[in-house]
Amino acid sequence: MSERVLRIGLPILVLALVVALWEAVVRLNHIPPYVLPAPGLVVATLYADGTLLMHSLWVTLVTTFEGFALAAVGGIGLAILFSQSRVIEYSLYPYAVTLQVTPVVAIAPLLLIYLPQHLAVLACAWIVAFFPVLANTTLGLTSVDHNLIALFELYRASRWQLLWNLRLPAALPQMLAGLRIAGGLSLIGAVVAEIAAGSAGAGSGLAYRIAESGYRLNIPRMFAALLLLAVAGIVIYFVLAALSHLALRRWHESAVRREL
Amino acid sequence: MTEQMAHSSSSVSNAIVSLRNVGKTFERGTVALDNFNLSVGDGEFVSLLGPSGCGKSTALRIVAGLSAPTAGAVEWADATHAERIGFVFQEPTLMPWANVAANVRLPLKLTHAEAAQADAAVAQALQRVGLADFTSAYPRELSGGMKMRASIARALVTEPQLLLMDEPFAALDEITRFKLNNDLLTLWQMLKRTVIFVTHSVFESVYLSQRIVVMTPRPGRVFADIAIPAPYPRDEAFRTSVEYAALCRQVSEALAQAMAEGAA
Repeated sequence: MSERVLRIGLPILVLALVVALWEAVVRLNHIPPYVLPAPGLVVATLYADGTLLMHSLWVTLVTTFEGFALAAVGGIGLAILFSQSRVIEYSLYPYAVTLQVTPVVAIAPLLLIYLPQHLAVLACAWIVAFFPVLANTTLGLTSVDHNLIALFELYRASRWQLLWNLRLPAALPQMLAGLRIAGGLSLIGAVVAEIAAGSAGAGSGLAYRIAESGYRLNIPRMFAALLLLAVAGIVIYFVLAALSHLALRRWHESAVRREL
Repeated sequence: MTEQMAHSSSSVSNAIVSLRNVGKTFERGTVALDNFNLSVGDGEFVSLLGPSGCGKSTALRIVAGLSAPTAGAVEWADATHAERIGFVFQEPTLMPWANVAANVRLPLKLTHAEAAQADAAVAQALQRVGLADFTSAYPRELSGGMKMRASIARALVTEPQLLLMDEPFAALDEITRFKLNNDLLTLWQMLKRTVIFVTHSVFESVYLSQRIVVMTPRPGRVFADIAIPAPYPRDEAFRTSVEYAALCRQVSEALAQAMAEGAA
């Protein structure tokens, strides 16, 4: 069997086995759905509550996307600023790190006090997602081939030319790696904030649905919402990986197939 | 000390650039160059020869304006030449995200050249180094020799009067190096530009140059200034000639003395 078939086929086989086992265990032991719903029931709930869950998914995805976009703009922008001025870098970098290492779960309730709920959720998504973009882009911008910098100096390139024609393209692989991490993290940030907001009694995102279903012991719906979140995360990851591959496929070793 | 001790370099009549008593001490105290004097005539092919760490690359970077001397001065006969220098690094130093044509075009882009003129100049430079068929190839798709050709095309694209080359062929295999040596000489004779060529290879310097400046290590000084009187065009027949062997021996001896002095 070819490598490709195995790579796609094996995970599917494992999934099928686990689902079948799960279904069997629930049925044979007559486990009630409020303890553990069978996979069939989860899918049925997904279908029955489709409109509600899809609406919630949309809300969460919009927050995720907005958080991601802000993280991309903020992370790349701040990295460019750092690469241009050492004073700014030294002044702000420690606080960027502080923001990153403080658990967002702990920040969320505070943000919910000061900001309208939508903004608070967005801020959480941004806080979690922007740091990998910042750190990776900074690394990329500062690790440019010294001889290429010398070449640009030789032709009296302006600061802007050096940034636009050399530092940014050179940093692209690291920048994209940062964005790939940020995609998943902004979903996590959005979910964490929604959970925190959910306890405050408002919200309509998927994470809020999970919390709400938990209070109501609607376990099948919890599973259905969780399933949607997982699928959303996977889709985000693959979309970003594909974009990264497209951008680098002509020149970067990470995206070029090795010839043997 | 021998009669080869350099006093002759200041006697070049049509100097395009002269380094006068140039010294370079790095921040950590390393003295790379000390009282270094060199004049290069317009259209001349001069090699700087010395062991690694003798400051020859530093001298080249000072000529290019990439590094400032801590003593002495660089004098130009025509200041416009100082602003139009071609530099070839030891590595090809190509931008991996840009194809060959875009890499060669870079100097024109940075100096805001007009698009139509730039197109023509890029095509001509690629033609000269034999890469006309590889304009849309990316650096990673090229062999080491072809990358270096692209690098040379980029250095030539602004039509510089002075071409500085920092051990450009050191990383290439011998067959490729010989081929590029020949092509470089052909280009030099055709374009009549000035070349300062840094190398640690006695054989390469004798084959290419009209004049070889042998340097002492730490600090870098001119130890000997040896003329290579063999006529051009030079080809494989020259490479295997008795005359070439004798010149190589002479230069090797000077280099050995320079290193002995540096070690003393």
